Amino acid sequence: MTPITRRAFLAGSAAAATTLAAGPYVHAQKKGGLLRVVPHADLKVLDPIWTTGYITRNHGYMVFDTLFAMDATLKVQPQMVDRWTASPNKLKWTFTLRDGLKFHDGQPVTAEDCVASIKRWGARDALGRLLMASIGKMAPVDRKTFAIDLEQPFGLVLEALGKPSSNVPFIMPARLAATDPNEQVKEMVGSGPYRFAAAEWQPGNKVVYLANADYVPRKEAPSGAAGAKRVFVDRLEWRYIPDAATASAALEAGEVDLWENVPLDFAPRLEKNPGLVVFVTDTRGSQGWLRPNHLQPPFNNKKARQALLHMADQKTYLDTVIGNAKYYKTCPAIFMCGGTPYESAVGAPKQDLEKARQLLKESGYDGRPIVVLDPTDSPYAHAPALVTADLLKKIGAAVDVAAMDWSTMLARRANKGPMGQGGWNIFHTWSTSLDVITPAVHAAVGGAGEKAWFGWPTNETVEKLRADFVRQPDPAKQKQIAEQIQLIAYDEVPYVSWGQFVVPSGFRKNVQGVLQFGATLLWNISV
Amino acid sequence: MLPLIARRILATIPVMGVVALTVFGLLHLTPGDPAVIIAGDYATTQDIERIRARLGLDRPLLAQAGLWLASVARGDLGVSIYSGLPVTRLIGQRVGPTAALTALAMLISVTLAVPLGVLAAWRQGSWLDRAIMIFSVSGFSMPVFWLGFLLVWVFAIQAGVLPVQGYQPLEAGPWQFLRHLVLPAVTLSLVYMALIARMTRASVLGVLREDYIRTAFAKGLAPRRVLLAHALKAASLPVVTIIGVGFALLIGGAVVTESVFAIPGLGRLTVDAIVRRDYPVVQGVVLVVSGVYVLLNLVIDVVYVVLDPRIRY
Repeated sequence: MTPITRRAFLAGSAAAATTLAAGPYVHAQKKGGLLRVVPHADLKVLDPIWTTGYITRNHGYMVFDTLFAMDATLKVQPQMVDRWTASPNKLKWTFTLRDGLKFHDGQPVTAEDCVASIKRWGARDALGRLLMASIGKMAPVDRKTFAIDLEQPFGLVLEALGKPSSNVPFIMPARLAATDPNEQVKEMVGSGPYRFAAAEWQPGNKVVYLANADYVPRKEAPSGAAGAKRVFVDRLEWRYIPDAATASAALEAGEVDLWENVPLDFAPRLEKNPGLVVFVTDTRGSQGWLRPNHLQPPFNNKKARQALLHMADQKTYLDTVIGNAKYYKTCPAIFMCGGTPYESAVGAPKQDLEKARQLLKESGYDGRPIVVLDPTDSPYAHAPALVTADLLKKIGAAVDVAAMDWSTMLARRANKGPMGQGGWNIFHTWSTSLDVITPAVHAAVGGAGEKAWFGWPTNETVEKLRADFVRQPDPAKQKQIAEQIQLIAYDEVPYVSWGQFVVPSGFRKNVQGVLQFGATLLWNISV
Repeated sequence: MLPLIARRILATIPVMGVVALTVFGLLHLTPGDPAVIIAGDYATTQDIERIRARLGLDRPLLAQAGLWLASVARGDLGVSIYSGLPVTRLIGQRVGPTAALTALAMLISVTLAVPLGVLAAWRQGSWLDRAIMIFSVSGFSMPVFWLGFLLVWVFAIQAGVLPVQGYQPLEAGPWQFLRHLVLPAVTLSLVYMALIARMTRASVLGVLREDYIRTAFAKGLAPRRVLLAHALKAASLPVVTIIGVGFALLIGGAVVTESVFAIPGLGRLTVDAIVRRDYPVVQGVVLVVSGVYVLLNLVIDVVYVVLDPRIRY
């Protein structure tokens, strides 16, 4: 009997949970019709390589296809690729495309298109840059096959090509992929399951997609972003409704079919409506972040950052920000909980306000107000800012809560200067699981100093471990590295997690086949 | 009349120039950076700098202003920083819904408010006058978003006779067009209905005390004729002023109504663009709306002259 490893058990559990929980999925689905979706944001930027915005990523999944894709159990599966080979030392890779792949302009997808698309993606995406730095040569072999020759080992070749979240390595025609990565592509021509109806696009109002009749789905059952991408509806419209009360009323009245992100204070009302289903599509959800500025006092001192760690109690934050325990959980793992590959509790402390107070004092904190950025128009950043301000006062800090809108916060957090020059000490944000679950993609654990993500922690050991992680082909050793990074993170405190939460979707009962994944996927759905 | 119109149109040019420069200056002094928003959450500082350079936002402010004014002078309002679509196309998509909403709202306001105001003045101190004034005060006091949701709850969710949200152009058929506009137009019109009714009442009351009205009654004219042909015409100047101002305010007031009813109008375009610091779109919309305001003032002045030929400019 083959022993079941913990990872296999978790993966299997997640798969089973997905299958069982996916109530709306049925086998006989109706063809045709219009699916009306209220997206979580307005689509203003079309190029999914140019921006990391989630709404543009979701649009990318509609229009473009990927070489590999992550399934619901977080395993990478072939998507446009039919077969691939790797040399025994994993330095030479070849990929052959499956038959029938065609762009929306009627041209076949070629190996040349794939090479050009990977290069453009690799110029923008963090994991892509690491992959490109390891590649010696990447070129087409024939019309359907291309090869990658690595100069040094890279353990995440398939994971990179199947990266599920921003930036996703979508495949575009070579003529579009030749666009400077710092400029937007001028056309939306992909080979994905939907065509973009450019003439009907009204930013701030409506985005229209038409079923791509030429799309050839894979044979496997749909799972996450992998498997068959079957399109049942003729037309799909994103209707942007900025007001949550209006969106809720529109869903109840049957004017829209699916609301991507139901605010948690609206969920109880919709749950009571017998004509609606409130359903969590991203079961792992998001991780809340408290990010200190490592360049400015007091958080340029490790003890002050450790004070934040001992000060924060996830339950306090989650009760305030999310409220309903059905939609949150506390999680000690830096790389998230719930069937994630690097889930671990090593190094996680418990809240100890007395110790936090002591650590802040030892850090040499001089009593100057700590500037907490507070974007009042974003509930998942505003509420934790208020909790942090309250807790900081409890450990003896003076606090300056700077109220602003989200756009101002985004601009201000890029300021590395001192407080007198528009600087900051703490801001809050959150990140979806797909952008947190491995050391390769988790932006907040990086230690590249001024080149790191906003907050700019410096830690050469972590940077070396992350480089080792992406080059390491052995999953067991990758897990060890992830645990080492977690231990360092709980000592150096690049950020503090304020907990894990999910945001449900709501849809009408006639909507069937909604897939569970960390990004919103709108194929396989019938109405 | 024609020299007046020509003079006013010429005077528009420097006004628009000042508006353009003021909006440009204020907008660029506001905190926020579109490059940061475009780059996304995981962009590095270097990515942001590259995008800023691509958008020309790293140039001195005066150079940016000069480039923008030069393109405006050529009739080019630029392109959206985000979508890359021409600002004129974005405005063109949004003019129809806002124009339809404001026109219907004003039609409802004037059609109901002027007779109500005249009636209140005619029956001053009666229960009818009090009822109309209570209605007016309520109209002023009710927040637009609250009234909007109340109407949605009653007519769309409970009764199911009207849609919750959205806009259908006239090409979709007059019935669909009106069905989608009636709730937002009623919501938007209520405050102006109250304003116009109160103004009409006050104005007609003032005129009713004039000697020539007493003379008209003494001549034996029917009360209706005295009221409509003599009193209302003389009382109409302040009412026309308030209607003109109301039109201008409606365009601004439409922002909330457009959000509540998800109508893709100019108000929402402006708010979205401000939130994202989409400078060319905000500048373009403000310029166009300023032009509309100037035009409305011109129309009001012309109507003054028509109503009272003694007026000279």
